[in-house]
Amino acid sequence: MYYRKYRLIIPFMLPALILYSVFVLYPYGRAVYISMTSWRGTSSNMPWVGLDNYRRLLNETRFMDALTRNGQLLVVLPIVTIGIALLFAALFTQGGKGKGVAGSEFYRIVFFFPQVISAVIVGMLFSYVYSPNTGLLNGILRNVGLGGLTRAWLGDPQTILWAIAAVAVWSGVGFYMVIFIASMQSIPTSFYEAAVLDGAGRGRQFFDITLPLMWETIRTALIYIAIAALDFFTLVQVMTGGGSTVAARKAEVAALYMYSEAFTKSRWGVASAVGVILLILTLLLSVVLMRLTRRETYEF
Amino acid sequence: MSVLEPEITLAQPDPGLTAVGESSESKPLKVVTQILLILWAVLVIFPFLWMIMTSFKSNPEILTSPWTLPSSLQWVNFKHAWFEAHIGRYVWNSVLVIAMSLTGTLLISAMAAYTIARFQFPGNRFLFYLFMSGLMFPVFLGLVPLYFVMSDLHIKDTYHGLALVYIAYSLPFTIFFLVGFFKTLPGEVAEAAVVDGASQFQTFFQIMLPMAKPGLIAMGIFNFLGQWNQYLLPLVLMQDPDKRVLSQGLGMLAIQQGYQNDYGALFAAMTITMVPTLIVYIIFQRRLESGLTAGALKG
Repeated sequence: MYYRKYRLIIPFMLPALILYSVFVLYPYGRAVYISMTSWRGTSSNMPWVGLDNYRRLLNETRFMDALTRNGQLLVVLPIVTIGIALLFAALFTQGGKGKGVAGSEFYRIVFFFPQVISAVIVGMLFSYVYSPNTGLLNGILRNVGLGGLTRAWLGDPQTILWAIAAVAVWSGVGFYMVIFIASMQSIPTSFYEAAVLDGAGRGRQFFDITLPLMWETIRTALIYIAIAALDFFTLVQVMTGGGSTVAARKAEVAALYMYSEAFTKSRWGVASAVGVILLILTLLLSVVLMRLTRRETYEF
Repeated sequence: MSVLEPEITLAQPDPGLTAVGESSESKPLKVVTQILLILWAVLVIFPFLWMIMTSFKSNPEILTSPWTLPSSLQWVNFKHAWFEAHIGRYVWNSVLVIAMSLTGTLLISAMAAYTIARFQFPGNRFLFYLFMSGLMFPVFLGLVPLYFVMSDLHIKDTYHGLALVYIAYSLPFTIFFLVGFFKTLPGEVAEAAVVDGASQFQTFFQIMLPMAKPGLIAMGIFNFLGQWNQYLLPLVLMQDPDKRVLSQGLGMLAIQQGYQNDYGALFAAMTITMVPTLIVYIIFQRRLESGLTAGALKG
């Protein structure tokens, strides 16, 4: 029996383990080594430079600016996305299980939809929505008499980053809403019935019952969005024409900086150091968020 | 709480409660709710409708009257997108890569998940968490070395190379999901099969795998969408212009400023890329939603 068990375990685990090690784990480990060399990819010798790349990056204004933008996104994206998604989820499930609003099935299908669309399409589509003369947004503004607000949203250094961030919120809200609805619906109706008997209004019910009982889900959402804010590559790359437009520099995030260091300048050592810094920040952030949001969990 | 609960329900029968829940004070709230929801639905649908509409318009129409319906349907846009902008080739490349990667992802993940879920062996938990750690790291962190790994193995710019990378990056979530799934399946059937003399391999392929079909379908849809929409990995690993996959090819069209004078074809290309995801989503909406939700809730 003992040997028979391993005759299955070994061949069944090996393919996954090999692929995962070669294409995921090894590259991460290797990146740490490359980040301490001044390798330019052409020769096989990799001059060891220790922490020089890191020191240079921390003194490089362009990189620190990019990282600051990630930081701004990190604060704004989770608050706005989770806020809107929570509001919609609460509206959906008001009145308890099975009583939701009219047409809720239709809304769920529609709201979730942007999540399954390629970020490339979403980015391209919104490049045209934002376009100065023929774009949807400026057209709407002109038609409702707010012509003064029109601008080249992606050409204006003041608005470019937030115009792109708005697209991320637009595509993320539906996904988190669906998750929150599932979480809210798993709360027993009897809790609300008891609260109503005790004279609690909707607001009290939401803050004293719903929110504490779905805290774990909100926490997960928070970490998901925070990791996405540290990445944020595809939307920015597509919506700034690959970083080629004049205002693009004002929306450059760390991942984009890394991409240009690697694939345009062939400074693989520096690029890898950016990757490692982002990896460390991601891990730190997850740990900090887990600690900060730790609360008593309620079993029900 | 659970002890008191039945008493309360008994003391206040249901009809009374419903009356409280649907009293007249909630009517305005219902109206506000509907308005908000309709507004967001319009916000989501409208850009896509505008995109599809624009893909049927001629270039001058797009530039001068972006709001009006097309005066005549410009099917030629789709022809241009398919042939001259090479979207047809990109579709074929994507189908080829995904046919390999999706089969591989499901088979390899199912084998690993089954082993982790149903067999006790030293290192079992370690392996589970090792795969889970992959859920934490954004893809681009390992990009630079991955590029050279692919070079060294001579599988850069190949379809099967890209498929292998897709599989590797899909393993963490798929294994995580399927481990949970295999644990919920009853073990008696498998044990009975082994007692009846079936080998462990027969038990897996003929009994456990068919039983896990709903989980495999959920992961199939999830990975189809993820791999179909994948942009960053092919952007780095498929630099041969003839071998670009769909999202990548589309992104390149958007970035190459030179192509942007044929707006009609560009919008047609976006529509072509979106349609398969739209179809898969509408058919499998429920399964996909429950799969993703399960992952996020347990995560």
